[in-house]
Amino acid sequence: MRELELLIIGSGPAGLCAAISAAASGARVLILERSFAPGGQLIKQTHMFFGSERQYASHRGVDIAGILLKKLEEYGDRVELMCNATAVGFYEDNVVTVLKDEKEYFKIKAKSVICATGAYEKSLAFPNNDLPGIYGAGAVQTLMNVYGVKPGDRVLMVGAGNIGVIVSYQLLQAGVEVAAVLDAAPKIGAYLVHASKLARMGAPILCSHTVKEAIGTDCLEAAVVCRVDERFQPVPGTEQRFDVDVMCISVGLSPLNELLAMRGVEMKYVPQLSGSVPLRTENCETCIPGIYVAGDASGIEEASSAMAEGYLAGLCAAAALGHVPEDYEARRQEYLRQLEGLRSGPVGERIRAGMKLSAL
Amino acid sequence: MRITQHPILSFDRGKELHFTFNGQPMTGYEGETIAAALHAAGVKVLAKSLNLHRPRGFYCAIGNCASCQMVVDGEPNVRTCITLLREGMRVETQEGKGRIQ
Repeated sequence: MRELELLIIGSGPAGLCAAISAAASGARVLILERSFAPGGQLIKQTHMFFGSERQYASHRGVDIAGILLKKLEEYGDRVELMCNATAVGFYEDNVVTVLKDEKEYFKIKAKSVICATGAYEKSLAFPNNDLPGIYGAGAVQTLMNVYGVKPGDRVLMVGAGNIGVIVSYQLLQAGVEVAAVLDAAPKIGAYLVHASKLARMGAPILCSHTVKEAIGTDCLEAAVVCRVDERFQPVPGTEQRFDVDVMCISVGLSPLNELLAMRGVEMKYVPQLSGSVPLRTENCETCIPGIYVAGDASGIEEASSAMAEGYLAGLCAAAALGHVPEDYEARRQEYLRQLEGLRSGPVGERIRAGMKLSAL
Repeated sequence: MRITQHPILSFDRGKELHFTFNGQPMTGYEGETIAAALHAAGVKVLAKSLNLHRPRGFYCAIGNCASCQMVVDGEPNVRTCITLLREGMRVETQEGKGRIQ
């Protein structure tokens, strides 16, 4: 069994920043990544990020992954990145079991673990929602931005939050027609700047609308949508049919953190953070000392907060292992300030409420 | 349905690879997943569901949901959305649970 100082599970924005931060303090780090390439969901984000310079605003996500990986290289053999390696179990004695290349199975025991495992896309219930051609919005983003494959000719986007609206714009960039973007809510959830770009391209955004059913035999051929009232109930007689070969479901994400639950970390269902999340201190440490969480695994936010949380968790985990940099407190305060900034204002109200409910 | 022109991205496709889908010869590129290569060739139905035998395509494309499982080189339950294409692969639609050979 391999024994090591700090194990980071996941190499998305949170995991990479945690690794940079911990290695900068002098910790030895192993990062596990289940995919064949690092970067998590950054690798398919072709839009420019908002926020402050510290979270790489006005860079495209795909380029941020490259910047972070390059930074990691500065720490040489203090950081090891293992791809095609899925953490499949996390036990009481801090043993993590790993499946590598779908065939090799081994154990790792780490003094400290940062869980940066991200999120998964939610689905939506309606008749025939299992037809091929109905995909998660993130899945379509992967298909077109990573592999350069068009999902189809004409798409219906379900969900007008940031992901739904951004992916719709990216679909247009890839040459796919966007028939409409729906949202059950009475107003658009996405930042106005993204929604306006889409509106300028002529894609209609229908608020207070939902999918009534999908139509098709082997694959999606059409979708029937209808208006919903203020209690989200379908309004009879408002049905509209769209002939589409793709439907993207973008109704939100849920934290992916079963490993922490398996380890016995205290979890709580917090709707404001979109699912079951671990209770944690302001330093991202769970109720079990030495076990940290960062990024969407701790509650759904954005890549910018995932990066700030990653830096904070990496700094604190390394310090607890004895690698305390001279400017430890100043850096800790700086990351906390960044997070406070990202969660400020009316947009961050839900997140702030969720943070209170999940605080240790 | 491959994207050839894009305002931001350029796609450096790897070497052309040959594989079969239900015995039919197909081509794809090195560096892409089985599901991406099939989708580019117009194949969306990857499996049939366990009980009602309804068609299944991929859903998440990152290995979470198990909707894209196919029989690859005789091995069932391969998540084709995260498995890279290799030269000479035999890819087949999976009916139900699949059988270990």
